[in-house]
Amino acid sequence: MDLTFSDDELAFRDEFRSWLAENPPPPDPGDEDATRNAWRSAWQRQLYEGGWAAPAWPAEYGGRGATLTQSAIYFEELGRARVPLPVNVLGILLGGPTLMVWGTDEQKERYLAPILSAEEIWCQGFSEPDAGSDLASLKTRAVKDGDGWLVTGQKVWTSAAQYSKWCMLVARTDVDAPKHKGLTYFLMDMEQDEVQVRPLRQITGEAEFNELFIENGRIPDENVVGGVGDGWKVALTTLMNERAGLGFTLQIRLRQILDDVIAAAAERELLDDPRYADELAELHARCEAIRLMAWKGLTDTERYGQPGPEGSLVKWLWSDTNQRVTQLAADVVGPEALTAGTLWSYELLRARGNSIEGGTTEILKNIVAERVLGLPRLKAAA
Amino acid sequence: MDFGLNDDQRDIQRTARELLADRASPERVRESAEAGRHDDGLWTELSELGWPGIAVSEEHGGQGLGVVELAILSEELGRTVAPVPFLPSAMAAAIIQAAGSDDQRARWLPGLAAGELVGAVAEAHDGVAGLVPSAADAGVLVLVEPDGVRVIARGEADVEPLASIDPTRPAARVAAASGAGQALGGDTDAAVQRALVAVSAELVGVCSRALDMTVDYVKERKQFGTPVGAFQAVSHRCAEMLLETEIARAATAEAAWTADADPSRLAQCAAQAKATASDAGRSVTASAIQAHGGIGFTWEADVHWLYKRAQVDAALLGGAKEHRARLARIVGEKAAVGATA
Repeated sequence: MDLTFSDDELAFRDEFRSWLAENPPPPDPGDEDATRNAWRSAWQRQLYEGGWAAPAWPAEYGGRGATLTQSAIYFEELGRARVPLPVNVLGILLGGPTLMVWGTDEQKERYLAPILSAEEIWCQGFSEPDAGSDLASLKTRAVKDGDGWLVTGQKVWTSAAQYSKWCMLVARTDVDAPKHKGLTYFLMDMEQDEVQVRPLRQITGEAEFNELFIENGRIPDENVVGGVGDGWKVALTTLMNERAGLGFTLQIRLRQILDDVIAAAAERELLDDPRYADELAELHARCEAIRLMAWKGLTDTERYGQPGPEGSLVKWLWSDTNQRVTQLAADVVGPEALTAGTLWSYELLRARGNSIEGGTTEILKNIVAERVLGLPRLKAAA
Repeated sequence: MDFGLNDDQRDIQRTARELLADRASPERVRESAEAGRHDDGLWTELSELGWPGIAVSEEHGGQGLGVVELAILSEELGRTVAPVPFLPSAMAAAIIQAAGSDDQRARWLPGLAAGELVGAVAEAHDGVAGLVPSAADAGVLVLVEPDGVRVIARGEADVEPLASIDPTRPAARVAAASGAGQALGGDTDAAVQRALVAVSAELVGVCSRALDMTVDYVKERKQFGTPVGAFQAVSHRCAEMLLETEIARAATAEAAWTADADPSRLAQCAAQAKATASDAGRSVTASAIQAHGGIGFTWEADVHWLYKRAQVDAALLGGAKEHRARLARIVGEKAAVGATA
């Protein structure tokens, strides 16, 4: 056991930490969507020019070939510095790595560089109104048409769609095949009239996500990733990448929110009040457990090639703890925490999405029960 | 960063698990429990292997290993609810080792390390500790009191055996007059924190076994024509048992490591470990009884020994609430000086 970073890892951390200190993002322009997006794009270009847009990518594609641990350190440092993630986070974390596994040489040549420079933003067209946790039941159809495909259907929960050039789209190309077999993974050009983007206003009032309405959208053959009918395998590669890395930023942000709640409690002299102290301490211990379990899952994979059960547990524990921390803040701060537009009220509302996005807690419990504990699966109702 | 055990530690773990699967089988545990006795044969065997002295210095007859190794053995013994005074004795030794004078170490450690002397540890108020595991057989008592820690020979205290809900460690009520025994002069907080790691590790072992037994049971037990483990009301309970166990395991591993490698963080990490392990111990073993259904409430099923051990361990040296109060104080002090994570 050694719960410290190696000298190389510390050097990597210190290098990025000093780079961040010397190259802070421009001031936050406020909450208007379009200016905010331009600001985040400028921030990614700044990271890109400093060589810090995607350290986990291999050097040949413009990354640093960072190890899993270094990449996690990178995301922790972004969180610690309270700076935004690169705007093209889906392209960097999901799209690029998926192409590196499944893409042709031409596709890698064409798509990877503009992901890094934020010239082309990517979004993810997986979920549908009737295909959430049961993703493979998706209904969006792609029909062969000359040297390409015509796509029709509806996608939902598509972050950044309004700014995106490319959509990682999974569509059904064979309606007669079993549900996991008839799918194909495409790169769809978002800049066509056949694709309509409608912002989805969420309970916080903002619109991080969108609905996509696609009516005979055109996709050329060369934009199929991994072969016709192999979409499920390719999509799994994307989904496997979904929680790596990002979790380390979220874990640090949770810690910062908890620190803020503790500071607010100290200011109000509530830290000696057992009604608050007991729960704050419990949440503190859970935050520490999240950090440890996240690192254990990652380093066990790195060192022993075998993740423990932590991977499936961390996201569940994180969302639950974030919800409890932001709820406790409302007690510590009092009713004024519920003033619309404050950070407290925003975090409280936003946290409700945590246990739904990226795998609901119910689905995560199923995964833990079936894949970690080996319990039998209940046959789904017909 | 590496959360794995080294080769020697893995050997200790494997050897312990194999040995205990045979020597602390459910049948043997039940035999001792129903007789209300330690398993003296097993204790002699473990003592010959040097287990009680795992973290005692070689100078005093121990193996000179660290808290990580102590935690490994505690967890394995917890897994089997082994009816031996290992945890109480090893905690007494760890406290005397860390905070005792040379004379105190020389007087008590060789006997504890050899397993010839049984130790017992508890919090006491006004010299009284109401239920001290293994104290019925103890020759030396370590009382953790608000103003310090003292070590007392059995003859100097009033030791009155009583029946604990966990009969695998015959308990006693201990009362000591003020002035009885000797105060330990070293850093007693740090010494007790090392003991807390050992209890936490035992609780992790108890949880882990309770989950294994439950998973086995709900895969087998059929109702409505299907194994009950396929029902989400049951399978999600099992997933929650795993989550609580892994939280406690992570916190305990960190605490064990800090005890050996980064003592400045031990106070915080030990409080986190004991708080999470005490909670997990109670909830996971309670869930085990529930998921076993009617059979889980019977004397015949072995799951109750785990519940009872968990209850006693959860209360030993302060329960989850007490350790969360400590943690809140530590965190509050850090917040006051403006330090952040």
